[in-house]
Amino acid sequence: MIELKNLQKTFDNGATYAVADTSFSVEKGELLGLIGESGSGKTTTLKMINRLEEPSSGEVYVNGQNVLAINREELRRNIGYVFQGIGLFPHYTVAENVAVVPQLLGWDENRVKLRCQETLKMVGLPVEEYGARYSSQLSGGQQQRVGVARALAAEPDVILMDEPFGALDPITRAELQEEFKRIQSNLNLTVIIVTHDMTEALLMADRIAVMKDGEVLQIGTPQDLLNEPKHEYVKKMVDMPKHRADRLEKLVHSS
Amino acid sequence: MSDNLREQLVLLPEYFQGHLLLTLISLSLGIIISIPLGVWAAQSKIVKRPLLTAVSIIQTFPSVAILAMVVALLGGQIGLVPAIIALVLYSMLPIVRNTVTGLETVADEVVEAARGIGMSSNQILTKVRLPLALPVIIAGIRTAAVWTVGVATLSTLVGATSFGNYIFTGLQTSNLVSVTVGSLAAALMAIVLDSVIGGIQWLTEQRNQKSSTRKFKQVKFVVITAALLGGSFSGYSLLPEPKADFVIGGKAYTEQYIIAGLLATELEAAGFTVDQRIGMGTEVLYTATANGTVDVYLEYTGTVWANIMNNSHNPGRKVVLESVTDFVKGKDGMVNVGTLGFQNRYALAMRKDRAQELGIVSIEDMIPLADGLTAAGDLEFFGRLEWITLRDTYNIDFAEKLTFDSTLMYTAVNEGQVDLITAYTSDGRVAAFDLQIIEDPRNSMLPYDSFLLASSRAAENTRFIEIMQTLVNQISDHEMREANRLVDVEGQSVSDAITYLRSVIHY
Repeated sequence: MIELKNLQKTFDNGATYAVADTSFSVEKGELLGLIGESGSGKTTTLKMINRLEEPSSGEVYVNGQNVLAINREELRRNIGYVFQGIGLFPHYTVAENVAVVPQLLGWDENRVKLRCQETLKMVGLPVEEYGARYSSQLSGGQQQRVGVARALAAEPDVILMDEPFGALDPITRAELQEEFKRIQSNLNLTVIIVTHDMTEALLMADRIAVMKDGEVLQIGTPQDLLNEPKHEYVKKMVDMPKHRADRLEKLVHSS
Repeated sequence: MSDNLREQLVLLPEYFQGHLLLTLISLSLGIIISIPLGVWAAQSKIVKRPLLTAVSIIQTFPSVAILAMVVALLGGQIGLVPAIIALVLYSMLPIVRNTVTGLETVADEVVEAARGIGMSSNQILTKVRLPLALPVIIAGIRTAAVWTVGVATLSTLVGATSFGNYIFTGLQTSNLVSVTVGSLAAALMAIVLDSVIGGIQWLTEQRNQKSSTRKFKQVKFVVITAALLGGSFSGYSLLPEPKADFVIGGKAYTEQYIIAGLLATELEAAGFTVDQRIGMGTEVLYTATANGTVDVYLEYTGTVWANIMNNSHNPGRKVVLESVTDFVKGKDGMVNVGTLGFQNRYALAMRKDRAQELGIVSIEDMIPLADGLTAAGDLEFFGRLEWITLRDTYNIDFAEKLTFDSTLMYTAVNEGQVDLITAYTSDGRVAAFDLQIIEDPRNSMLPYDSFLLASSRAAENTRFIEIMQTLVNQISDHEMREANRLVDVEGQSVSDAITYLRSVIHY
């Protein structure tokens, strides 16, 4: 589980706060959607969890441990991370990309190999067919599947995702969302997924935290947000997909 | 195939080995030094600017100047070491610059990903940034390689064997075949090296896409084979060679090539092994003999008197010879084995018809005409004592003073481009171009008696001294001029001139 306590981040010595006094927690096995527009502080919040950004003040606990007390590299190796721009290493094959973290952790060769097979199978890219390819030989969707496999490879129970499906076409995105949701509940992973797509958050997340200007405006289940938005901005955010769903429903019934 | 070409090709293995060795060692050291420097510069803004500026400045120095400075800094040491140091300095800019550029252009998101999954800064550098920068770094190495092959030809000037030996010997002895063979060989080596490194660059660029294609495998095979061949060849070349008994030095002009060749022939005939290092400047050669890197070479009394002893007066032929003999003995234990008989001093010379037209017989006749005359000197003359003494003794200066390579200088006076030149008394071209030596009634020109200057080590060998002494006072001005003429004017080879000299020497 993940716990944030009064977390703050300023890039200009306190003149402004990218993240201001943020506290929430994510239970084990829960998938939390962290949503907001660019500049809302959602990505900075995510990065403070594995210390890609250092908090200006406040604390972060992962599985009960204060992350500031753990060596940064150790911490990151034990938390899966899926990147916005995919971030595969272009000079590594698919299999090598997936094997990176287990190798950094010093796993023996056989175990790394087996785990590669396992995770690549999980994301639907059998190692026999895809293992030796380079990322430039894969489609965008396949690349992000490898990104997910890489995040899963070291058997972390916490995974952080930074707009992981943002660059994909709608059909691929929907497929991956569903598949990842399935993997997450099978493995009982604790996940924070940063997104600006409310539909994605509503369909995937157990709970959603809405951020604006560095603050969490509301945190709750998709139902909470849809039925009892506590803030004008939150209402605007959930109204859009709701209206669309209504219009689509009408469209279906009218034909 | 002409005799001349055959004679040149005989030298090819030795020069090729020297050139390849110089290039590969210098390039390897350049890579080993420059890549870490580039990495350092890419990590630290404070280092980057000064370092890139420094390597760029080195690059702007003429390569000959760098060679000269390295020799001076090493206390006059000649041969492979100063040549390699100079070449390494020269190879650094493209490698350092491309390493910095290569590392800086690795996509931020990839570096961020490496950080995000828990790589340390070192791991990011070695596992991600360097491998991704590799094609750019190799492109830099490729540039450096081509430069190194080119600049390596100049290392002949500091006594390291290279294709430059062909070029400098050829230039000085008017042997176009030699120059051509040297230039072509250097160009060919540059092309081959460029292709091999280009192949490596291609492999690193394509490894992510085409590593399984047939072409990729073929290129890989060729590159690995070439690298193995080059590597094992230079490894083999580095094996200690049986050291020659004597090293014969020489400056960069025909007479020096001929006499060095003559000394080699005599020593080899007596069963000694010799190594020739021709094409160096006076300072380098003198220091090398003082420290025993060179065992013997042809020197002139006036050169030592003026350039080494820094004298600026002219006490006459006999006194200069005695002073020089004492000086070389006293300072560095070197030995004047004996004079050869001919002088190679400076003299002003004009085309006969031009001298007659102007009514010039001696320098005194020139005084009223000097501000309408164009003079051409060799690379040194107008910076030398002779010129200053001549100028002050006769209170004379010329309208124009041009500086030429000595071969071109003779052509210039012969074709009437200049009125007079600073000829050498033993020069075959004086006779060949029918030049008139202008008399020097006030004795402003220093005497330049030729003599054999031997290192203290060589002088201890009595057999060596005996052989050298058979040549003492055996070659007259006329005979030396004739030998020089055979090469410079008739286009015969240095060995032909040696054969001629041996026919006139009374052993």
